[in-house]
Amino acid sequence: MSWPLISLLLRVIVPLSFVTIGGGASIIADLERQSVSVNHWMTAGQFLDLFAISRAAPGPGSLLVSLIGFQVDGIVGAIVASLAIFVPTSAILYVLARIWRHYRDANWQQAVERGLAPVAAGLILAGVYSIFRIAEGGIMAWIVAIAAFAALRWLRFNPLALMALGGAIFAIVGIYWWPA
Amino acid sequence: MEVARPRVSLAQIFIVFTKVSLTSFGGGLSGWMYREFVEARGWFSDAEFLSSLAICQAMPGVNVVNLAVWLGFRLRGTLGAIVGFCAMIVPALIVIIPISIAYGYWGRYPAVHHALAGIAAAALALTLNMVSRVTVSAVRDAVTLAIVAIVFVGIGLLRWSMFELVVVVAPLSVAWAFYRQRAA
Repeated sequence: MSWPLISLLLRVIVPLSFVTIGGGASIIADLERQSVSVNHWMTAGQFLDLFAISRAAPGPGSLLVSLIGFQVDGIVGAIVASLAIFVPTSAILYVLARIWRHYRDANWQQAVERGLAPVAAGLILAGVYSIFRIAEGGIMAWIVAIAAFAALRWLRFNPLALMALGGAIFAIVGIYWWPA
Repeated sequence: MEVARPRVSLAQIFIVFTKVSLTSFGGGLSGWMYREFVEARGWFSDAEFLSSLAICQAMPGVNVVNLAVWLGFRLRGTLGAIVGFCAMIVPALIVIIPISIAYGYWGRYPAVHHALAGIAAAALALTLNMVSRVTVSAVRDAVTLAIVAIVFVGIGLLRWSMFELVVVVAPLSVAWAFYRQRAA
């Protein structure tokens, strides 16, 4: 643990936390620049590895920031980086939630909530579409996703079992048909 | 539009948020939340969940962490927000560090890479489940249907900037909801 490192982590990450609009993806480019070119915490290859882990592991994808902190200063670095990325914006949202509750019976609030619902539905649809566009495995990813959806919705399968099955299918198909 | 819900204990909030966080391989976190909070437990209505999601997406911050704070607050006030925040991050942080160490050993095998892509594909089922249900409940008339379509086409197909489109469309949508409310 060292104070200069901790304060450097805070100075790099706290400003980034305020520009994470629409999920963590918006800050990745700058995070890479800071970690690789500016501060030389890791090589570009190491950064890509951490990125892949943060996508694949459970939890918010933004735990990438925590992994960078871990790389920089061990457990303390991971904790400092996590607090730096999540606490400032969560505090803002907490204040908004308080204000929201204060006015919960107001007419405008019902209209806001009702009016935002179709916007959110459109955003989720667009998100699904863009995930399909970049999904690895092409048509195979579509088939697995839609079959898993049907099994979840109508056959009441457990989602975790479906994910395990999807992983197994891809691993087997991948070894035979998609040579690395 | 809050539903009458049973009093939820802080321990329940912690357990369910942790469960969602730790099972969200390859994304789909909000789909999991929808399943656990709306479908399985009835803690929130469709409309309440969707509007919360929209607010949390519009605000700076990581969407799912925002959502944990927002929904936690709605369930149990300040303590609920803190518990939701911690449950979303701390267990996942404890899990991801050993994974990052293990990845150093196993990550070079292509089967690992393929399996992760397959898990992510199957995880999309949760998002599809959420989208199929919430779209139905959000569409109340031709105008709301048009709003869903404009946002989807603009951001999904035409790749317009999300922020600018939402800044224009959201107030119009709210104005329409307000007008309908007056007329009703």
